[in-house]
Amino acid sequence: MTVLSVQNLKMYYKTSAGEVKAVDGLNFDIGEREVLGIAGESGCGKSSLASTLLKLLPSNAEIKEGKIIVEDADLVSMKDSDVRRNVRWTRIALVPQGAMNALNPVFRVGDQIAEAIMAHSNVSKADARAKTETLLKLVGIDPARGRHYPHEFSGGMKQRAMIAMSLALNPKILIADEPTTALDVIVQAGIIRLLLSVKDEFQTGVILISHDLALVAQMSDKTAIMYAGKFVEYGASKEVYKNPLHPYTLGLLGAFADIRKPKEALTSVPGSPPDLIDPPSGCRFNPRCPYAEEVCRTDEPPLVEAFPGHSVACHFWKEIRAQRSQKT
Amino acid sequence: MSDEDVILDVEHVKKYFPVRRTFLQAVSRQSGGQVHAVDDVSFKVRKGEIFGLAGESGSGKTTFLRTALMLTAPTSGSIKFKGTEISRFNRRQMKKFRTRIQVIFQDPYESVNPRMTVFDIVSEGLYVNNLVKSREDAVQRVTKALSDVEISPPEEFIYRYPHELSGGQRQRVAIARALVLEPELILADEPVSMLDVSIRAEVINVLLSIREKKGISIIMVTHDLALSKDMVDELAIMYVGKLVETGPAVDVVSSPYHPYTHALTAAVPVPDPDAPKIRVLARGEIPTNISPPPGCRFHPRCPFAQEICKNEEPPLVEATPGRKVACHFWKEAHEAFSKGMDAPAGAEIAQ
Repeated sequence: MTVLSVQNLKMYYKTSAGEVKAVDGLNFDIGEREVLGIAGESGCGKSSLASTLLKLLPSNAEIKEGKIIVEDADLVSMKDSDVRRNVRWTRIALVPQGAMNALNPVFRVGDQIAEAIMAHSNVSKADARAKTETLLKLVGIDPARGRHYPHEFSGGMKQRAMIAMSLALNPKILIADEPTTALDVIVQAGIIRLLLSVKDEFQTGVILISHDLALVAQMSDKTAIMYAGKFVEYGASKEVYKNPLHPYTLGLLGAFADIRKPKEALTSVPGSPPDLIDPPSGCRFNPRCPYAEEVCRTDEPPLVEAFPGHSVACHFWKEIRAQRSQKT
Repeated sequence: MSDEDVILDVEHVKKYFPVRRTFLQAVSRQSGGQVHAVDDVSFKVRKGEIFGLAGESGSGKTTFLRTALMLTAPTSGSIKFKGTEISRFNRRQMKKFRTRIQVIFQDPYESVNPRMTVFDIVSEGLYVNNLVKSREDAVQRVTKALSDVEISPPEEFIYRYPHELSGGQRQRVAIARALVLEPELILADEPVSMLDVSIRAEVINVLLSIREKKGISIIMVTHDLALSKDMVDELAIMYVGKLVETGPAVDVVSSPYHPYTHALTAAVPVPDPDAPKIRVLARGEIPTNISPPPGCRFHPRCPFAQEICKNEEPPLVEATPGRKVACHFWKEAHEAFSKGMDAPAGAEIAQ
């Protein structure tokens, strides 16, 4: 069952220099217990997408077009007060980037979770407290620690507490925006396993936003590779990683150190991400693409289905694929 | 290899920081204890070698770097640079010596001054150390350093400001700043962790090439084991101030001896949806180094721990040629890992 459907979503920021096209025409669906990983580099629009889905946007941001459908309701056309009352936390919840700073340092962790519960549902304080204890237990924190302040928690525990808070009102969708940045690798592994187990238990869909391709590969059922506000490749994770089609995806995978492989040389994708106020004409990746030709500078390639359930936005994906299979 | 190749010889270096006493401790004249940030660390770095120092946050990696740079003096132990004891240098001696060990920091958005041009940034060390006679001389040496880090054409970049550079270019300018002083050893503190994946390789490849062309040794602090395997020759795994395992990076990462190293490698995700899921093999989290656990510091988290681990600290000893490990049960552990087991039969695994 689809829990979230995003259709042709566009969100631009207005600045004095022009419009920043941070989210530029995205389409995707997420089902119950399904994880969509969105991988991309800084400035590609992935965090802007998270804020758009929650409608937590700064005043200069505008949703230009598109729909965000959760349980038959379109958030784009919904009033802000309704989104606050009926959507945020209850239907879509966020596990924020940098949980270190997401908790208020002057309140007890348990009280902060209970407050979120009481603010969004009609329950008594005692019930909220009881719920908080259950949640803390669920994420592997001793409920007695709820009486402690954030500075008494380690980084990993703070992130666990944030996950507990995000689950407090049984949301349909969890958005995890770089949920493990600044955490050590063993702690990160614990958080990832926790997210995977709670999404099954709560039957939520998860959007995992990360720059770490390996993390996305390990967690996601579907993967989207985002570049300059657009998906350049989208499909079942197995397809995207086993049979990558877009030159940007190939470049990222070549730049990524894989611990299982013998010593290997890494390659970079030369250049840097484009300015989203005035993106390159045609394909936005063309200035960095080793395969770019004239048509790439003039015509923007649409995201088309290359194989069942696997889409790519590249004029030359067939040629590149043939060329690569010859080499190996 | 002969000892003449050794650039840096670190022996039993300890760095403790005093902890401020609480009111009660002050009244009762007790000490507040010490942070054992680096606790008896010994290793050698050879000419042209890339030495990796890996571990979680709080393991003492960065304190070690600061000690090796003599930004903070070690509590005890010796640091010899080509046979000369540097930890006893006074300020003047140290100032003269500084050009020979240079450093590259983690974040190129913080480490270069936004109000200085590339020329000013790279040439500053030359002027500070009175190494140039004329501006032409400086321009020439800066240009050379920039071309060594593959910033081309250097003449075009020399008068640019950091905001006109990409993240990768900034970090390469920071490398040029180190390189222009012709050091013999470069200390790099997580040199690519703040950069986007797509441009990491350009910085890594520059570091590999300056090692290749100039024979400069590099000590790289990192938490990325996958990257260590691709970049580092000799790898040391650090845990709560101590080295627990050392050896050729590829061997250490692909076939660990120490349960902690194994736990680290098992937690690293790989870009393959079909690969086994990442595993958590160490209970809990890294302990504080104010009062580290007695015996082996890893024992409270270790699936192989037995009684002896709680009482006796295992020394770092040669296990197989070229590889050292500090674990009472490394043989049992290594055998279990090579059979695909994460813990001894019947033992409880963290998750």
